[in-house]
Amino acid sequence: MTPAQHYGSTTIWLIIVVLGIGTFLLRYSFIGLIGNRPLPAWALRYLRYTAVAVLPGLVAPLVLWPQATGGTLDPARMLAAAATVAVGLISRSTLLGILGGFVTLYTGLWLIG
Amino acid sequence: MASHPTNSHYFWRGARNALPFLLVIIPFGLLFGVAAMDIGLRLAEVMGFTVLVLAGASQFTALQLMRDHASTFMVIVTALAVNLRMAMYSVTLAPHLGAATPWHRVLIGYLMLDQTFALAQQEYERAPEMTLPQKVAYFFGTCLPTCVPWVIATLVGALAGQAIPRSLALDFAVPVTFLAMIAPILRSVPHLAAACVSVIAALALSWMPTGTGVLIAACLAMWTGATVERLLEQRNAA
Repeated sequence: MTPAQHYGSTTIWLIIVVLGIGTFLLRYSFIGLIGNRPLPAWALRYLRYTAVAVLPGLVAPLVLWPQATGGTLDPARMLAAAATVAVGLISRSTLLGILGGFVTLYTGLWLIG
Repeated sequence: MASHPTNSHYFWRGARNALPFLLVIIPFGLLFGVAAMDIGLRLAEVMGFTVLVLAGASQFTALQLMRDHASTFMVIVTALAVNLRMAMYSVTLAPHLGAATPWHRVLIGYLMLDQTFALAQQEYERAPEMTLPQKVAYFFGTCLPTCVPWVIATLVGALAGQAIPRSLALDFAVPVTFLAMIAPILRSVPHLAAACVSVIAALALSWMPTGTGVLIAACLAMWTGATVERLLEQRNAA
């Protein structure tokens, strides 16, 4: 039995619709309901760091314990992550960072794997 | 061009700035299509996920939990927890976009991704003189090369299925994108401090239910960034 059969189509659609509505409400919350009332300076100071506070934490476990390797350390993936940050930092370019990451990843997988 | 660029100028500028993300959105979408068919979802269900939720990280979280036969409740709650950061994005963009028309705000809410948020925030900070229609146009511009290819790539992935070789290591497209989005701003000390705290705290709290540890780590990291910024300002003023 596949996981999809385990849940059944009704439950799957329930998951999709509830997840869709919930996600929309999270995104819409302040833009839609609070409007452009000015936020205090201290709040803006915090919010400047939203992206840099969330994304590294989201990525760190994926770099150290990638699912593709069953959660064990993978030198190619760790090197690729380091190269992405280094190239992005030096070049100040997201695109070059991505390219640097994938070139390193494939080189590493080819050499090691 | 006149000294006052048109809204369409800002729309296409946003689209152009978002183009690099195609390199990530396409493999990520393909991968979701493949992974979703792999657990036995029907094509309509796969596309339902992608069109209605439109949030890659939480879609993958839901798939992973369904693969493990988690309860329906846990699937929904955990996948939503991964998206809690979107509320912070909404707070951040509210001073810029909160006065847009109701329909525009609904659309902005629907189309907010990590990528479109990050691009919009950077642009609004770089050019605070932008008018509201220009900001809205720029935001929708960033959605064109991100949201549309996401849906198409999912469809292709679902149809092509197992034809995509594992050796492409597409699982790593997500970390690489997120890191590449962050790296250019790590030159500022407060941003660097915030990123370090985020990583350390997220790893230390990874035993917590999926998404929870990252949220707590993010709060600590935001506090760190704001505090370091304030301390540096005080030192420079002294």
